[in-house]
Amino acid sequence: MTTLDSSKEIQNNNSEATEKHEDFRMFGLITFLIADGMTFAGFFAAYLTYKAVNPLPDGAIYELELPIPTLNTILLLVSSATFHKAGKALLKDKNSESQKWLFFTAFLGIIFLICQLFEYFHLPFGLTDNLFASTFYALTGFHGLHVTLGTLMILIIAWQSRIKGGRLTSQNMFPLEAVELYWHFVDGIWVILFIILYLL
Amino acid sequence: MTISIDPQKTNNESLQPKGWLRYFSFSLDHKVIGIQYLVCGFLFYLIGGTLASAIRIELASPMSDFMPRDVYNQVLTLHGTIMIFLWIVPVVNGAFGNYLIPFYVGARDMAFPRLNAVAFWLIPPSGLMLVASYFVDGAAQAGWTAYPPLSITTPQSGQIIWILSVLLLGGSSIFGGINFIATIIKLRRPGLKLMQLPMYCWAMLGTSLLVVLSTPVLAGTLILLSFDIIANTGFFNPVLGGNVVVYQHLFWFYSHPAVYIMVLPAFGLVSEILPVHARKPLFGYTTMVFSIMGIVVLGLVVWAHHMFTSGTPPWMRLFFTIATAFIAVPTGIKFFNWVATLWGGKISINSAMLFSCGFIINFVFGGITGVALAQVPFDIHVHDTYFVVAHFHYIVYGGTVFIIFSSIYHWFPKVTGKMLNEKLGILHFIITFIGFNLCFAPQHWLGLNGMPRRVAEYDPQFQFVNQISSLGALLMAISTIPFLINVFLSVRNGKDAGDNPWNALTPEWLTSSPPPVENWEGEAPLVEEPYGYGKEISERK
Repeated sequence: MTTLDSSKEIQNNNSEATEKHEDFRMFGLITFLIADGMTFAGFFAAYLTYKAVNPLPDGAIYELELPIPTLNTILLLVSSATFHKAGKALLKDKNSESQKWLFFTAFLGIIFLICQLFEYFHLPFGLTDNLFASTFYALTGFHGLHVTLGTLMILIIAWQSRIKGGRLTSQNMFPLEAVELYWHFVDGIWVILFIILYLL
Repeated sequence: MTISIDPQKTNNESLQPKGWLRYFSFSLDHKVIGIQYLVCGFLFYLIGGTLASAIRIELASPMSDFMPRDVYNQVLTLHGTIMIFLWIVPVVNGAFGNYLIPFYVGARDMAFPRLNAVAFWLIPPSGLMLVASYFVDGAAQAGWTAYPPLSITTPQSGQIIWILSVLLLGGSSIFGGINFIATIIKLRRPGLKLMQLPMYCWAMLGTSLLVVLSTPVLAGTLILLSFDIIANTGFFNPVLGGNVVVYQHLFWFYSHPAVYIMVLPAFGLVSEILPVHARKPLFGYTTMVFSIMGIVVLGLVVWAHHMFTSGTPPWMRLFFTIATAFIAVPTGIKFFNWVATLWGGKISINSAMLFSCGFIINFVFGGITGVALAQVPFDIHVHDTYFVVAHFHYIVYGGTVFIIFSSIYHWFPKVTGKMLNEKLGILHFIITFIGFNLCFAPQHWLGLNGMPRRVAEYDPQFQFVNQISSLGALLMAISTIPFLINVFLSVRNGKDAGDNPWNALTPEWLTSSPPPVENWEGEAPLVEEPYGYGKEISERK
């Protein structure tokens, strides 16, 4: 059982058997996010190749409209900022304020997903209609899966931060920092996706 | 920030089973996990080897009389997938990496022990799934590459199970890679510099970078392929406007680095074994390190040399030919460094050394045919013939599997505290080496004369050479018997090895054999010169 202890060697200092080392869970997470980013890179590369090589067949419909995805981009960018606020508040031991910001971030994530579903239901093409339709749904769907997971994790840490001195405190910021980094990552991927799918 | 680990709690010693039972538990001990990887991988090697024997029996005659054509395709698909994803990748990375890397960096365990155990325990279920996919109606028969449209148009239920299983194995591989990178970069004993690490650490660092950068692309590709199969999308289906060449690009973006994922750790292991048995420092440590990193970088930009016949445009052919030819430079540097390590050494002729030398011979041969295959005019002539089969078996069997056996002979005393029998070991080497070369050397000739691969039937003029090849395969199958007898006898009644039977200087030998749970009684030793052979003890740092 690994116990996180940011301040100093308080408990467990009864023997030399206790080992201290740097916390490298963040390092592991970053490595994982690089790997995850490579999955998206593969998808983006496939999409761009299709765009360059495969013509859209006659009569196939592939048209995207900008208002909803633009709103979604703003939602995610704002949610990154509110998440940052939550971290700042927790650092000052303002647990309830931090929790409010976290819930607000999760709320923005949920709105994003609802907008995404709304867009899906109102698009003039389905998953199997043509190559570009398939790629569109695969890319946005895979990203949406990431947003769903992120929202769930935000709700979990918001729940954990309700108690002062509980699992999420200013001494133990790791769960919040990890989810925050993941959320910024998902946000960044969306911006690239928005540029490649909608603007190019 | 610091983490305090209470060793008593870390290992839950009261809860952990003792003796052989711990190998069936969710153990967090890196040594247990290493052995789990090795034994699990070896069991799958036996399955994959049986399939290989079936293939060679079929090819002993020009007609498909031993098994029907579709069964032949299913068997070769399963053979390739098992050997790559369940034997070579898990063993040469997972088994030796988990066992050795924490010793080499002076740690008591891997950086993320729990992730490590999860990574291992993904393998047996997905391996069983893969084997089970053979028995469902319509087993995968598109080869280990699963090229569409073949993988989309052939019966599909087996192909879907195949994809799921490979996705899980890829996940396991990524978790392992993250763990190795964190362990080597972050968990080094204080005072131990990167350039003092044994070469296997560098090899594993390079390998893990490739795993982390390329395996996710394969995962994404296979997800798209499964959409094509299940949801009737058309990513790779030309009938629906898709593009098969995109699959090939994405697939080889993983699968060419996968060759280095399979062979770089073997480079590392042979660099550990040769200095010990030649009693000389590893020649050219720094050039070795830069060669490994050079291979990592170049390995990511050569994938399209598998696709010279897929309508690749001329500029792409030119670029990938040149990039591939460049890989021969760092690989050649490593080869000469090993030979220079042996030069003038006090060489002991034992099983570990023989298998390592066998590796050097086979690998240089496979390397030369590799450079030949990178040349477009030659490649177009021999593409998808037995020449390619011979080439990559010289790399993965003659290279990596030889090193796996060499490493087993070298580290068996470490793991069990008993020596393996040398006579049986040398017998094992002789049969394997003769069998291997008899099996695969003639296939170069077959390929040059135009015998296509992955086909159950062939022109009768090739029958005699194919029978020689099948005879070699029979010898390879037989060679497993002395090895298994040797292991079972030595585990029970082997000669006691003592702590350091080879008088080696790398850190894993500076503790008792077998090592205690936390690797060292007391503090980990600081080994500044892991290859300081041939110096007086007083001269060593």
